[in-house]
Amino acid sequence: MRFEQLQARAKKAWQEVVSPQIPLIRMGMATCGRAAGGQELLQAFQEELAKNKIQAQFSEVGCLGLCYAEPMAEIILPGRPGVLFAKLTPAKMKKIGEDYLVHGKIVGDSALAVMGPARNGTPAFTDLPMVKGQQRTALRNCGIIDPTNLDHYLAHDGYVGLKRALSLSPDEVIAEVKTSGLRGRGGAGFPTGQKWEFCRKATGTPKYLICNADEGDPGAFMDRSVLESDPHSVLEGMALAAYAIGAEHGYIYCRAEYPLALERLDLAIRQATEHNLLGDNILGSGFNLHLKIKMGAGAFVCGEETALMASIEGRRGMPRTRPPFPANQGLFGKPTTINNVETLANLPPILAKGGAWYAGFGTEKSKGTKTFALAGKVDRTGLIEVPMGITLKEIVFDIGGGSPIGKKIKAVQTGGPSGGCIPAELFDLPVDYERLAAVGSIMGSGGMVVLDENTCMVDVARYFLEFTKNESCGKCAPCRLGTRQMHEILTDICAGRGRPGDIELLEEIGAAVRKGSLCALGGTAPNPVLTTIQHYRHEYEQHIQDQRCFAGVCKALITYSINAETCNGCRVCATNCPQQAISGEKKKPHVIDTALCIKCGICYEMCKFDAVVRQ
Amino acid sequence: MEEIKFTIDGQEVTAKPGQSVLEATLAAGIYIPNLCYDPKLEPYGGCRLCVVEIEGMRGLPTACTTKVTPGMKVRSETPEVHQVRKITMELLVADHPLECLTCSLNQRCDLQKAAAFLGVDQSRLRRSERALANDESNPFFVRDFKKCILCARCVRVCSEVRGLGAIDMAKRGYEAFISPFAGLPIADSICESCGECVDHCPTGALYVRGEAILPGKEVKTICPYCGVGCQMVLGIRQNRIVKVLGDLTYPVNSGSLCVKGRFGLDFASSEDRLKTPLIKKNGQLVEATWDEALDLVASRFKEIKKKHGGQAIAGLCSAKATNEENYLFQKFIRAGAGSPHIDHCARL
Repeated sequence: MRFEQLQARAKKAWQEVVSPQIPLIRMGMATCGRAAGGQELLQAFQEELAKNKIQAQFSEVGCLGLCYAEPMAEIILPGRPGVLFAKLTPAKMKKIGEDYLVHGKIVGDSALAVMGPARNGTPAFTDLPMVKGQQRTALRNCGIIDPTNLDHYLAHDGYVGLKRALSLSPDEVIAEVKTSGLRGRGGAGFPTGQKWEFCRKATGTPKYLICNADEGDPGAFMDRSVLESDPHSVLEGMALAAYAIGAEHGYIYCRAEYPLALERLDLAIRQATEHNLLGDNILGSGFNLHLKIKMGAGAFVCGEETALMASIEGRRGMPRTRPPFPANQGLFGKPTTINNVETLANLPPILAKGGAWYAGFGTEKSKGTKTFALAGKVDRTGLIEVPMGITLKEIVFDIGGGSPIGKKIKAVQTGGPSGGCIPAELFDLPVDYERLAAVGSIMGSGGMVVLDENTCMVDVARYFLEFTKNESCGKCAPCRLGTRQMHEILTDICAGRGRPGDIELLEEIGAAVRKGSLCALGGTAPNPVLTTIQHYRHEYEQHIQDQRCFAGVCKALITYSINAETCNGCRVCATNCPQQAISGEKKKPHVIDTALCIKCGICYEMCKFDAVVRQ
Repeated sequence: MEEIKFTIDGQEVTAKPGQSVLEATLAAGIYIPNLCYDPKLEPYGGCRLCVVEIEGMRGLPTACTTKVTPGMKVRSETPEVHQVRKITMELLVADHPLECLTCSLNQRCDLQKAAAFLGVDQSRLRRSERALANDESNPFFVRDFKKCILCARCVRVCSEVRGLGAIDMAKRGYEAFISPFAGLPIADSICESCGECVDHCPTGALYVRGEAILPGKEVKTICPYCGVGCQMVLGIRQNRIVKVLGDLTYPVNSGSLCVKGRFGLDFASSEDRLKTPLIKKNGQLVEATWDEALDLVASRFKEIKKKHGGQAIAGLCSAKATNEENYLFQKFIRAGAGSPHIDHCARL
């Protein structure tokens, strides 16, 4: 089939989605939707409808990024735009079935948004506070199309970028990507066009293209969402990149902990090969590309490019010194380009709409858009994609909605365990590679954890160090031993065993580990410690000198007591104390025996009169 | 070949083409602390003690992985370089047993040398020790995990030089340790006990059993075991062999030895060792001279040949003999004894 014929077929298929003959229920079925219970809901709903003899069809879509609203379903009635229902439960779903599916009525505020103009008080999807400030490019199809349906992808300008690229020379494709200003979205931010040019110019055959899908930062799920929700955008991006650098073989290195992503990638590769979008003589151009999936075995460090290549080659996943850079000596010693999933997913629209279009977003040095996994103490958690240059304030408050329980937001940790804590005072900071680096953090792959006033910064540093300590490969001494030593010191401080001089020692070791480590894992591992010391030194001092943790997190440094003035002797705390550490007669002030207290905080949480004091 | 000129801390040094900054600097007699570097192995960049500043290069590259280029300006003694090395060394020492006096590598230890160079004093750090029991399964050498600094020289020599790959790093981070496949004891692995790993260990993490004493003198000799002719350096004390090393300068074996050469020389001072031929007389083995013994053998061979023909004699020669000796032996059996029955132990 010619490409134009494919497109015509796809348009027809998509038309059946947006204006179905019978009601269409589209359920969010990426891992996030499934984890929230999407599959069970869908099954129960199907049974319910069958029982009531209500005709409807079902399909799966990927992730819209609104994690806080999962599980979600979009219901499209014939002749109407789709309506998005959120935070579904079996009871809610049953009610919606009656109200909306049968009677076409949206009752109360059961609907989250309309996938079109606002209607009867239900806002348009694009006007939702979480969606409004976004510019979805890499995520353009996520949650919109059925990821297992090639036609859906094609109907959204799928493979148009590739088709155009194949009519250009590889150098012209590289020039287009250079114009776009796209920089590597895996974290380091190296200009993509330049990376390709190095590889294109390198001597040696064959050349290899690798898609780095070994997303490992805790709390980061940008790549997973794209792979699960829109796998063809990654494949098209790979085809573009391979054409530009002159590679005919590509690997997708994806962690084995992403089974759904692997399944959908595998299906997408077969579909693309079947339709001549991959394989030999792609779209009659004479360009060949064969892709293989390689599963990662769960090592964080294999996201580092030289370790990743060692792993593909069958060796232990450990980084090596660069130079030589992969562009000259990469996989099996051959010129290799490694691009991250998000980078690749940005490429099809860049080639379809032109590099200048993409460069229209963002700041001077950081063009385009960036996805962030917004998590932590924020009301609307989820996956967002925003233009570079947006401020942290806009992300945390406008998009994320600030604290869900009215607490003061204290800081945000960007860049995962390799990043740093940025205090709320700096929230006017526009987000781009250079400015995040200037305050000691990094863009990283896009993790963004919001911390509120009940977060202890020493504990946060300890948490991230525990991760990097466990994930250090062990090859180089500063990282292997330095992360452990820093973790030991932080654990001591949190446990009330901090010593005078520990803060300075952490700074000294942190600096040495940063400068002395072999790869970026060790090079960035001290960031959470160094930035929290930089911005919250007083908290460290309080832990060590005053033996106090004012955030109330470090158990060894807090005590619970009962304020006799406010306690009315309701006995709720005493009844719920797992240690029977609370005594006192009914209607008389109670007392906590600190020797028995295990500082679980149950009394503190349960007291309705704020009589339990945490110090 | 052209020599390459570069400077280290302002001092001009020449390097051979292809040499790393570390190799050229060490060759010029200037010490840069290092632990994972090994002249026989590919550069590794693991211990990070040889970090240096190089004009025009970002960060602190390792001297062992950076090739010298003409005019390169290297600085090895800046405060920043020293600080990174010193902290790295402090971290290594904080995790290393401080029992140097009873360690078999005392005074020959690369870790001691580097620590002394960097002036690591009383550690400010939290001390730790890995809770792994020694691997005592091999009859010739012991692996003490607590002293291991994970430079992976043993792993690399086993794979790069011996082509065997009996060991590799297992687990990650601080938990990482050197192990044969599937965590087996070394004796149950494909290890051939060549001991090359022990030879290349910079600390006392791998040591030969009973080799703690220092030799009084060193003697170069050829291994008596086979025809390859590996040169070895024997450490001698009180006329006994107390240490066996391969001779790094000898082209035949470049320092390598096999299990027999390295660990099989204790017969030299064995009580049971035969020092003269023995001839059985009246059911008793009696000491004899070589002339007596050879005369006896020659006369018996002649007798057999006369009585039963040459074909009644067969010869089996040994891999311990050189090619020339084996040639002579087959000549003796074929031409002397007149027998076609000649074979060699290596064929069995």
